[in-house]
Amino acid sequence: MSEVQSNEQDSGKKGKHSKVRAKKQSTHIDMTPMVDLAFLLLTFFMLTTTFGKPKTMEINMPVKDPNNKPNEVNNALTFLLSGGDKVYWYYGELKPTTTLTPTDFSSNGIRKLLLDYNKNAVSKIKELRAKAEKTNMADTTLKRMEVDVKGEKESLMVLVKTDDKAKYKNVIDALDELNITMVGKYALVDIGKQEFDLINKLQPAK
Amino acid sequence: MPKVKMPKKSPSLDMTPMVDLAFLLVTFFMLTTQFRPDEPVVVDSPSSISEKILPDKVMLITIDSTNRVFFNLEGKEIRTKMLNQMISKNHETFDEKSINQFALLGTFGMTVKELKEFLPMDELGRKDFMKKSKGIPYDSLNNQLGDWIRYGRLADAELKGPNVPKDKLLRFAIKGDGNANYTAIKRVIEVFQEMNVNRFNLVTTLEKNPNQ
Repeated sequence: MSEVQSNEQDSGKKGKHSKVRAKKQSTHIDMTPMVDLAFLLLTFFMLTTTFGKPKTMEINMPVKDPNNKPNEVNNALTFLLSGGDKVYWYYGELKPTTTLTPTDFSSNGIRKLLLDYNKNAVSKIKELRAKAEKTNMADTTLKRMEVDVKGEKESLMVLVKTDDKAKYKNVIDALDELNITMVGKYALVDIGKQEFDLINKLQPAK
Repeated sequence: MPKVKMPKKSPSLDMTPMVDLAFLLVTFFMLTTQFRPDEPVVVDSPSSISEKILPDKVMLITIDSTNRVFFNLEGKEIRTKMLNQMISKNHETFDEKSINQFALLGTFGMTVKELKEFLPMDELGRKDFMKKSKGIPYDSLNNQLGDWIRYGRLADAELKGPNVPKDKLLRFAIKGDGNANYTAIKRVIEVFQEMNVNRFNLVTTLEKNPNQ
């Protein structure tokens, strides 16, 4: 290595002192076109690149089996979704006296309602999370414990029903709210005739 | 009087580091870019807080805002197998070239009969056709969507053989437009359920979690 370097130095000195001067050529080449091209490509790839994959929401539907009778639920919160981003809800069993309460998808609408009904589980999970942070609990353990809390017998059960005018967006929004408010037990259920009539009563046909 | 000499500065600056950086970035983007597959329909999926990532190998059912249904399952071999079974079920005949075309096609949405006309078309013709197409029929009388799903699953199982590890199983994703009618989505889910598929990924875009 050192030899090579000294050689180079020598030759450099010789060059300086020798009379026959090599024509001085600039070592700089004009790089502008290359840079232009490089940035053009850069911009192109930056604009066309999509980072990351689309996100998904996982959902499990019950197995369709004619012998499989649906569980009777009588302490569930039921949401009825309709066209025009309308949401109605009632609590408990559907009786002839049941009336629907309108609400909406804003944070003061169903989210507040759900947090209210799901107070127990929410506070329990928050406690768990705080504890997990202190004790450096593994993520999987925390997840499992959260699932346990959500699945407790007394925790809130939510049914989501849609009429024929509801949009897909509404359903996703509703499911999303359920995830935000940490409701673990929910189901997408077909709407009943009585519920359908109740919605129609509230939405006079134009 | 001494002259105030301005230091002579070359107007050209050394761009080498910049070029280095630029090329580094170019290389990075070139290598990481996956070109977005050409989708025949624009779907505006609703947003959710879910951060789960769509698995690699999925059977994707797309539902656009006018409730048309489209189908996609990637992979050359699997598509050829699937199409062959679909052809024989519908008593159609496709020529070799069409079958090869189909293997390279992305998302599609038409009846098998229409597919036969569609495949030999050029780019422009296809675009036109897609605008007029009514999607894959999925009502109970003519449930071609169900057939595609069945044959897709069969072809997948055949290619993978027995004892597939859990993370390699075929997953099912539904990508619906926010404005699609839920009844359409419900029917698609029903079609899946008729075939004992009960677990889905609903494709959404990310939204900020208000809890965090």
